[in-house]
Formats: sequence, C-alpha cells, structure tokens
Amino acid sequence: MASIEMKNIVKKYGDGFPAVNDVSLDIDEGEFMILVGPSGCGKSTLLRMIVGLEDITSGDMVIGGTRVNDKAPRERNLSMVFQNYALYPHLSVFENIAFPLRLAKVEDAEVQRRVNEAADVLELHEHLERKPANLSGGQRQRVAMGRAIVRQAEAFLFDEPLSNLDAKLRGQMRTEISRLQRRLGITTVYVTHDQTEAMTLGDRVCVLRKGKIQQVASPRELYEQPVNLFVAGFIGSPPMNFLPAQLEGSRLTTPFGDIELDERRAAAVAGRDLLLVGIRPEYFEDASLVDEAKRPLGSVFTARVDVTEWLGDSQFAYIPYEAPDEIRTQLRELSKELDSEELRTQAIVSIDATSRIREGRDAEFWLDSRKVHVFDPTTGDNLTRDAEAGAELTRLAAEDRVDQVQSAEGEGISAA
Amino acid sequence: MTSKEKTWWGVAGVAIVIYALFPIAWIVSLSFKAPSALNNGNFLPGAPTWENYSLILTGGASDLFLPALRNSFGICLIATAISCLLAMFAAYAIARLDFPGKKFILGTALAVAIFPVISIVTPLFNLWRNIGLYDTWPGLIIPYLSLTLPISIWTMSAFFREIPWEMEQAAQVDGATTWQAFRKVIVPLAAPGVFTTAIIAFFIAWNDFVYGISLTSTEAARPVPAALGLFSGASQFEDPTGAISAAAVIVTIPVIVLVLLFQRRIVAGLTNGAVKG
Repeated sequence: MASIEMKNIVKKYGDGFPAVNDVSLDIDEGEFMILVGPSGCGKSTLLRMIVGLEDITSGDMVIGGTRVNDKAPRERNLSMVFQNYALYPHLSVFENIAFPLRLAKVEDAEVQRRVNEAADVLELHEHLERKPANLSGGQRQRVAMGRAIVRQAEAFLFDEPLSNLDAKLRGQMRTEISRLQRRLGITTVYVTHDQTEAMTLGDRVCVLRKGKIQQVASPRELYEQPVNLFVAGFIGSPPMNFLPAQLEGSRLTTPFGDIELDERRAAAVAGRDLLLVGIRPEYFEDASLVDEAKRPLGSVFTARVDVTEWLGDSQFAYIPYEAPDEIRTQLRELSKELDSEELRTQAIVSIDATSRIREGRDAEFWLDSRKVHVFDPTTGDNLTRDAEAGAELTRLAAEDRVDQVQSAEGEGISAA
Repeated sequence: MTSKEKTWWGVAGVAIVIYALFPIAWIVSLSFKAPSALNNGNFLPGAPTWENYSLILTGGASDLFLPALRNSFGICLIATAISCLLAMFAAYAIARLDFPGKKFILGTALAVAIFPVISIVTPLFNLWRNIGLYDTWPGLIIPYLSLTLPISIWTMSAFFREIPWEMEQAAQVDGATTWQAFRKVIVPLAAPGVFTTAIIAFFIAWNDFVYGISLTSTEAARPVPAALGLFSGASQFEDPTGAISAAAVIVTIPVIVLVLLFQRRIVAGLTNGAVKG
C-alpha cells in the first residue's frame, strides 16, 4: 500500500497535442480516488501513466516515495483491472489468478493458498477450473479482480471496469468493489465516465476536462460547491439546470421569476450584468405540495410543462424557457463537451411522485433559492462557491474514510 | 434453408468433391495396376497388385525413392521450423512495434514471394557449385526459406494483430518482462496461427520441384518430387507410370495426415472469450 503523488504531469503525443496537461494530484495511502470526465479528457491516459503503460512527457510520478517515471510496469508493483478484463484465454481461472504469483516464482503451496483466499473473497470457487470463455461477464470481471488482489500490490488501478456490464450487474459489482476496497484498505485509482460510479465509490473525485484538472474534492463537495459550470453540469443526474439571469441589486431576474440572493452571494456577484443561475432539479417542487413553513425560503413561479416522466418513486417535469442567443450557444457548447446533445433550452425539475401536475398545462412551482449557484457565463466560474463549506465537506468525508478503514482493520484482527 | 435449396447445395457439393478428387482417385487406381494394364482404359484396376509399391519401397526403384523420401522429410521439416521461428519474431515486431521500414519489410516479403523461382535458379546453381552448397541439405533449405518466409510472415502478422494489446499489457502489469509476456501469453494465443502457418510452409517446401531438380544431383539431397521425375521402368521400354503413381500416393499421405492432425488446432478459436462477451 502506498501513496501516489503526481507533480505537473504532462503527456504530449507525437502531434504535440497535450492529452494530459500539467496535472498535479496527491492520492493518500488507502484512499479511493476517482478520475472522471467526458471521453477524451485524458483520464485513461493518466491512469496508464501511473501504471507505466504510457510514457510521461514531463513531470514526476512518485509512488510510495519513489520516483517511478523510468520504471517498467512490472517494477512498479501495481495491479490493474482492464476495461475488457484482458483475461488469458488459454489459462484456467485458477491459473489466471495465479499468473502474477507464478511470474514472481512463488512456491506452489503458497500459490494455492493465496488463490483460494482470493477466490473466497470473490466467490469464484466453483469456477476455478473453467476457462474464461465459459464465464459470464460478471464472473470474468471477478476473475480480473482476483488477479489484481492476489498479490500485495502497492495500489489498484481500475480502467472503466464496469462499462461492459449490463445495468443491473453494474450496480452489484459497484458495491462489491467498494466493499473490497474498504476491506483491503488499499490505495485505489478508478477511471470512469459514469458519474454515478464516481459519486458512490470515491473518497475523492478528480474531475478532468481536456487534460486539465477542474476540481478534486469529495463527491458531496463537488455536488454542493462545484468550482465551475463544467463540474456543476457533469456531476448530478439529471444535470443541473442553467438559467439566464439579469442582476438588479440582490435580485436575479430569471425566466422562472425573481430569485432573492442572500448577502454573501449578492456581494459575490455584484457589479455584473448577465449571469447564469445553476439550480439542481431537486431544488424545485410542485408549489401545492410545499410546507407552509418552507414556502418563504424560496420563490413561486408559474410555467407551462412540456413533458412529465413518472418513475414511481420520483417524477420529472420538463419546462422549456427562452434564453438570449449568447447564453444559448454557451449552453450548447457545454452540453457538447459533456457528451450530451441538448437541443432545446429546457429545465428538468424533480417534483414529488404524488404531484398531479400534467403535461401541456400551466403549473405553479416552488424554487428553493437557498442553494442556487451563480456562474459567470463567459468564464464559467462559480461566483457563489463557498470554499470553506466545501472544504468542510471533504474533511468530513476524509474522517469517515479513516473511521471505516480502522473498523475494517479491527474486524480483520478479530477475524484473525 | 428450404429442403429444395439443401438438395441443390448437396448436389453442387458432391460435384465439386468429385471434380477435385477424381485425379487423385485416378492416381490411386493407377498405382494398383500392373504395367500391362496401364493403358487398358479401365478406371478400376482389373487385378489390383502391390507390385508398384514393392518396386519403389524394396525393389529396383527403392535406392532412388527411399533416400529421396528421407531428404524431403528432413529438408522440409527443418525449413518449416526455421521459417516459423523467424516469421514469429518478425511478425510480432511487425504487428506490435512501430519502427522505420516496417512497410518496406512487408513489401519486400511480398516481392520475394512473387518473384518467379525459375529465373533465379540458374544463378543459384552456379553460386551453390562455387561455394559448395550444391547437392546438400542446406543448399535446398536456404532457397526453401525464401519461398516459405514471406507467406509465413504475412499470415502470422495477421494472427498477431488479432490478439488484443491488453493481453500483453496485463501481463506486463502482472510482472512479466517483454519476453515473458511474449512466451507465456502471446505464443500460446498465437498457437493456432503458428500451426496454420507451419502447415502452409511445409506444403510449399514439400511440393517444390524446380529447386529440387536443379540444385541436386545425387541421393545426398534429392527430394521426392525431383526423384519422381527420374523414375524409369523395369526395362527401358517399360512405362514407369505405375511406380510414379505409387510414389505420388505415398508422398500425399503425410500431407493428409498433417491436415487431419492439426485440423482441430487450426479451427480452434482460442482467443474466443479473451475480451468482453
């Protein structure tokens, strides 16, 4: 187990294009770090540079206190799970898992013991003699993880390990990976483009965009205190709504009525003209279902609902709105960068599943104005980000992690 | 497929099989005929006889045929082994590594393969006589390599390209050196490709006639196809067709055995299930 430090890592390809541009990131011992971003953001390249499959153009890669830039993958003692598993088809499951041990010339009895241990953890016992070709996707995934945990590696690296599984299995394997990581307490770097995986698995999440780090923080901080439009739009599903707004004093005029800002936020945005307000879908509610006590904390507006989606436990309504051309192109570019295709300017709002709001009619909505963020439309910066509150969220997450690791160790000792 | 279509496919299949196998059946039939019956116009030998086989295996023609058979086996196996080994490394480099002159090597290999054998055999004859390779095993193995290597490199690099890169990277992360990754992961995965290539290379060498007849003069190195051309009948006036047919049947057998032996290895889709499924 080791920490991983990256200092000003740059990766340039032959044509001079920087796939990874000046990335500095410290990953603590035992931490679960997620690298996330849309396709082409350099997250996989970064992971492959950690493991040594990709040369580093400049910068320092330090693993467990040693600079490893010039070391071959086999000298770094890391284990990796590939996107397509990369199992050896000519070897049985047992030999697949034993492969790293065989290469290290471990004694046969020891190999038996450790492979069986890994098979216990991953419930692979009845498959040990089979060939990978005869296994299901989830089983192959587990074999690949077995091969990773069978030796005492410094860190685990995962390269989009769940993207080849169907949705149901993906959910199961996600919790499985989380449990395994906590139990083994091993430093983990996990690449994904799926923001659900990023939010549920990571102690901290590193959001990348075009080879540059946007924000490194706990999932909660990313969600509540995003640093810019990109992070705000990337984290959360359905995504955050961005509405054009005009500033008048401490009051924002939006297509969905006026929003009153508190003192701190009003000061932060003062002196600007055109702004973007970011409101998460769940900050909206069907006005008729809001408590009288809560009502004054937000504003109420009327809008025509385009489409509603009832999902049983929740309900979404789509509300189109008009935006100035300038904002419209800005939003279109953002959504293109986020790998989605937003053709119309519309807000997605989450309303109670019991709400009787129906399509094609005007309805009254309530909007919680306490948690809205205000962005600069040209730079994309979050003007109302509360850095202290964000840091506090990440500090709490770090404390939780230490607690969890300690209790897992305690269990390990009592079990032994 | 409807039953009518099935019938047509069956009929067409049988027609093709008959068309392809008829000459072979004819040779087999000829090899069992007595010299007097060769020209009787019947397809089936009226009175089958082992005379021709005993002639080439134990009789008068055996000093010509048996050493030739030994030469053919030895030379072809050695040429196949060398060309497979060299082609394996070359193909791996071509499929995996980026180096200047890659296209040039592939192009040259192709150019060598299309070069007519007959045009280089005369200079080779002179050269071999001068440097003492004439009528020796290496004297045939070297030209056979020029025939087998290009095709081996081409087929094997196609096989190597099919093997996912991740296999090797996974092995390296698991602690393998480049050589270990090659030997423990790539070679076993490429085994069907290597077998296929080996069989093709062996056939090419086995079937060669021009080099065999031109670069040898005695039983020291003369391969079977060349020896067949030198058969004569029991007397000057007797036709050696029966003996030649018998010899032809015998040299066909190893080829058939090879194909039957490795048929399953060739078709085994070993990489199946390597990646996602």
